[in-house]
Amino acid sequence: MTANATVEPKSRFGKWIEREGSAYAFLSTYALMFIIFIIVPVLLAFVLSFTAFDTIQFPTFNGLKNYIVLLTQDDIFMRYVLPNTIQFAVIVGPGGYVLSFMLAWILAQLPKVPRTILALILYSPSMTSGVAMAVVWLTIFSGDQNGYLNSLMLGNGVIQEPIQWLQSPQYLMTIMIVVTMWSSMGVGFLAMLAGILEINPELYEAGSLDGISNRFQEIMNITIPSMKPQMMFGAVMAIVATFQAGAIGVTLSGSNPTPQYAGQLIVNHIEDFGFLRYEMGYAAAVSVVLLLMVLLFSRVANKLFGSND
Amino acid sequence: MKRVKRVRFFRIQNSGMNPKGFHPSQIKFYILLLPLVILMLLPIVFIISHAFKPPDELFAYPPRFFVTNPTFKNYSDLFTKMASSGVPVSRYLFNSILITLVTVGASILVSSTAAYSLSKKRFKLKEVLFAVNTVALMFVPIAVTIPRFLIIDKLQLMDTFLVHILPGLAMPVGLFLLKQFIDVIPNEVIEAAQIDGASDVQVYRRIILPMIKPAIATIAILTFQATWNNADISAMYINSESLKTFAFYLSTLTSTSAGANVVAGQGIAAAASLIMFLPNLIIFMLLQSQVMSTMSHSGLKG
Repeated sequence: MTANATVEPKSRFGKWIEREGSAYAFLSTYALMFIIFIIVPVLLAFVLSFTAFDTIQFPTFNGLKNYIVLLTQDDIFMRYVLPNTIQFAVIVGPGGYVLSFMLAWILAQLPKVPRTILALILYSPSMTSGVAMAVVWLTIFSGDQNGYLNSLMLGNGVIQEPIQWLQSPQYLMTIMIVVTMWSSMGVGFLAMLAGILEINPELYEAGSLDGISNRFQEIMNITIPSMKPQMMFGAVMAIVATFQAGAIGVTLSGSNPTPQYAGQLIVNHIEDFGFLRYEMGYAAAVSVVLLLMVLLFSRVANKLFGSND
Repeated sequence: MKRVKRVRFFRIQNSGMNPKGFHPSQIKFYILLLPLVILMLLPIVFIISHAFKPPDELFAYPPRFFVTNPTFKNYSDLFTKMASSGVPVSRYLFNSILITLVTVGASILVSSTAAYSLSKKRFKLKEVLFAVNTVALMFVPIAVTIPRFLIIDKLQLMDTFLVHILPGLAMPVGLFLLKQFIDVIPNEVIEAAQIDGASDVQVYRRIILPMIKPAIATIAILTFQATWNNADISAMYINSESLKTFAFYLSTLTSTSAGANVVAGQGIAAAASLIMFLPNLIIFMLLQSQVMSTMSHSGLKG
């Protein structure tokens, strides 16, 4: 590359272009999209969170007021949205993650053909979107006696009256968790399966010589430490999927806010204030809180699986 | 780390990790997996069975899980019926297919060129930029719906074909997986080509692209799923019906706010759901072995 630099002395900029120009050229389109649709929105959410903004008038700065209101006066956020979000995230996130790992671990011990078929079946729910499956869930959990679950339970005498599953505050959250767990074997699951299969079999032999006597010890001392990077990737994917799944309550119950705020998650709260009440500044503050929650969860995952090299 | 080469000799090939064939010790795993697999499979079997039910079976009491007299009536209804907006359903489907094809193609090009640069080029900001992208793996798009809305409005992308495509091109997971995969290609291969006079574009096209096919298949699937299933973009950024997607049309069929439609449109909704789901499944089945070989490079160092 430097062979033709003798032609004539170039400006510093010209040299920089020659040295690094093509690297940035290859990167440019992605970088542009990344800046427009990821960096700027995050920064903008941060900036807007310190303002009052109704989408019509120019945003006015009002300091920490949005955050103070959120923490001290937003009764719905403190009583429903925050506890719901934490409950949902703590069960679906780690729950889906541990389930993914266990299933990947079991699948890794089967021969290739059955493993591939079973992995495909377990992965397939994660390909479906909330939209495509809404028909299924709405039919299964339908509130009249024609709903599959109602019909089954009425037929067996478990219940006497059909239950309004998706409209009842006491059932909605459970159904949301079940539905999300059902589709949680996604990219992270495939990564962990690949990670387990990559582990050098000699490590297991060495482990058994070193006195590892049961499968649990083997998982804790060999399998997980040998695939920490995949565990970390799976964890990040699980966290993102969990928070991204927040709209499920509204999809199932058909209304925002969800019945008695039973399925109200932080994502719905943002939408409620942003697009239904047009309090964009306040909604932005809630967005920032959500981004911080994701970051916090990822820090915890990093503590568990971060590698030191 | 201890090197214990000799023990390999004693390894039983059909038990333990990645076995070569059947071994009785695997039976317990099948027994464990079976109920779960059935549970995972039920909604999907249901969606297939439901889509072919004639009206009397859709509303039969007690409801039946499997179809007894399968019919294509729901499909003919779906395609002959105009949506309430006056746009034929085939238009939504056409939009979805076109948008998905363009997005997948563009995403492969954009992510793979960027990944090539981040993996094989030498420049100052390389590590920093990759670190930024890695942090962005944690990015939750749904959290910044509002600022995105404002940006798309300012850029005058509202109600355009492009707004379906551009946001999907910034996919940190895609870049991450491609970059990890390109890292494995030895630098010597590229240097040899450069000595032979290959330009950057030629290196990218003749060497990088053919060697990263599995990773490209993976990006294609991830982009496909994100785009094909996307109803939000149509709902938020598109006003003209003729630019909206099939996923959006399906979401209007199932939203309970439509009230009576839920009963009348059940057959159509079931047929549409299957159309939404099947391409996901088929593409994944075709490309699954490529995906698995990409995933073995997915490790994320904390």
